[in-house]
Amino acid sequence: MSLQVENECRTMNGLAAAAGKDHIAMNRRLSLFLRFLRLGFFTIGGGYAMVPLIEREVVDDSHWLTREDYYKTILLTQSVPGPIAVNTAFVVGRQIAGLSGGLVSASGVVLPSFAIILVIAINFASFHNVPVVEAVFRGIRTAVVALIAAAGVRLARERIELFTFVLAAAGLAAILFLNVSPFLLVLAFIAAGISRAYIRQRRSGGTSSRDTGNPADGNPADGQSEPEDGAP
Amino acid sequence: MMILLQLFVSFLKIGLFSFGGGYAMLPLIQDEIVRLHGWVTQANFVDIIAIAQITPGPIAVNSATFVGYHVAGVPGAVIATFAVVSGPLVLAAIVVRLADRFSSSYLVQGALTGLRPALLALIAYSAISIARTSFTGVVTVLVGVGAFALLIFTRVHPLIILGATALIGGLFLGG
Repeated sequence: MSLQVENECRTMNGLAAAAGKDHIAMNRRLSLFLRFLRLGFFTIGGGYAMVPLIEREVVDDSHWLTREDYYKTILLTQSVPGPIAVNTAFVVGRQIAGLSGGLVSASGVVLPSFAIILVIAINFASFHNVPVVEAVFRGIRTAVVALIAAAGVRLARERIELFTFVLAAAGLAAILFLNVSPFLLVLAFIAAGISRAYIRQRRSGGTSSRDTGNPADGNPADGQSEPEDGAP
Repeated sequence: MMILLQLFVSFLKIGLFSFGGGYAMLPLIQDEIVRLHGWVTQANFVDIIAIAQITPGPIAVNSATFVGYHVAGVPGAVIATFAVVSGPLVLAAIVVRLADRFSSSYLVQGALTGLRPALLALIAYSAISIARTSFTGVVTVLVGVGAFALLIFTRVHPLIILGATALIGGLFLGG
C-alpha cells in the first residue's frame, strides 16, 4: 500500500518535474517575448540606444546572461548587416532559449514598430492631403536633413584619418556624378578592405595561420597563439 | 503575386546591405523603392524617414512596413518587413556559430575597415539628396541650418527639434 503510494508519488513528481521543465521553457519564451515587445517601443533614435536597455533586461534583471557574454554578443551582431535592435534581440534570445527563443525575441522587438507604422500607413493617404499636415511635413523634412548631416559629422569626428575622408569623398563623387549604385559602392569598399587586409597579412610574413587576429589590434603578446576557448 | 515577390527581393537586398545602422542605409532604400521601382515619390520617401524618426523601430523596418503596405496592402507590409529582417538574422545565426573565429579574422576586420568610408559617403549622399527635396525656399533652408546647428552645438533632444520644425512648418510653410 505504502509502496504503491510512494510509487505513485514518484511518477507524479516525475510528471510534475517534466511538466515544470516544459513550463519553465514556455515561460521563458513568453517572458522573452514580452520583454522584447516592451523594448520594441523604446527603439526611437536608433538601435544603439537599445544596447544598455537590453543589457538591463537580460543581465541585471533576469540574470539570463553574464555581462561578458552579453558584450561578446553585441560585438558579433555589429559585424552583421541589418537593424541592430532586431539582430541583438535574435542573438540574445537564441542564447537564452534556443532558436525559438531567438525568433520570439526578434518578433517581439519588431511588432510594436510594425503595428504603429501599419496604422500610420493605412491613414497616410487620407491625412496627407490635408494642407496643414502637408505644411507640417515640409517643416519636418528640413529636420530630417539636419539629423542626417549631424550623424555624418559625428561619424566623421570619430574616424578622423585623412585616408578615410579621401576614400569617402571618392565614393560620394562616384554616386553623385557617375550614378554608381550604392549597393555597388558598399560591395566595392568591402572587397577593397578585404584585399588590403589579405595583402598586408601576406606581406607581414604570412607565418601566422589564416584565422589568427591581426596582431596590431589584438593582444600583441600572443598574436598567433593557440585558440583561447577556455575548455578545461 | 509578382509584386509580393518583388517586395520580398527588394527588402531582402536592403536588409543584407544595411551595415552600420540608421542613415547609411538610406541611399540603398531610396535606390530600390524610389529610383528602381517607383513605389513611392522622393518626397514621400523623406516623409517615411520623418515618420521613422518619431516612431519606434529601425528605419529599414519602418520603411519596409510602410512601402509594403503602400504597394500591396497588409500582405505586402508583412512580406516586406519579414524580408528585411530575415537575411540579417540568418547571417547573425551563422556568425554566432563561428563566434570567436569570425570576429578575430583579419579578413572580417578588413571588410569592416573598408566599410567605414563607404558609410561616410552614403550618409553624405543621403544628406545631399534629401536636402534637394526638402529645401524648397529660403525658410526651409534657414530652418534646416538652425536645426543642424542645434544638433551639433547643443544637447537638445532630436525629438524636440523634430517637434519644433513641425510647428514651424504648420505655421509658416502652408500653401
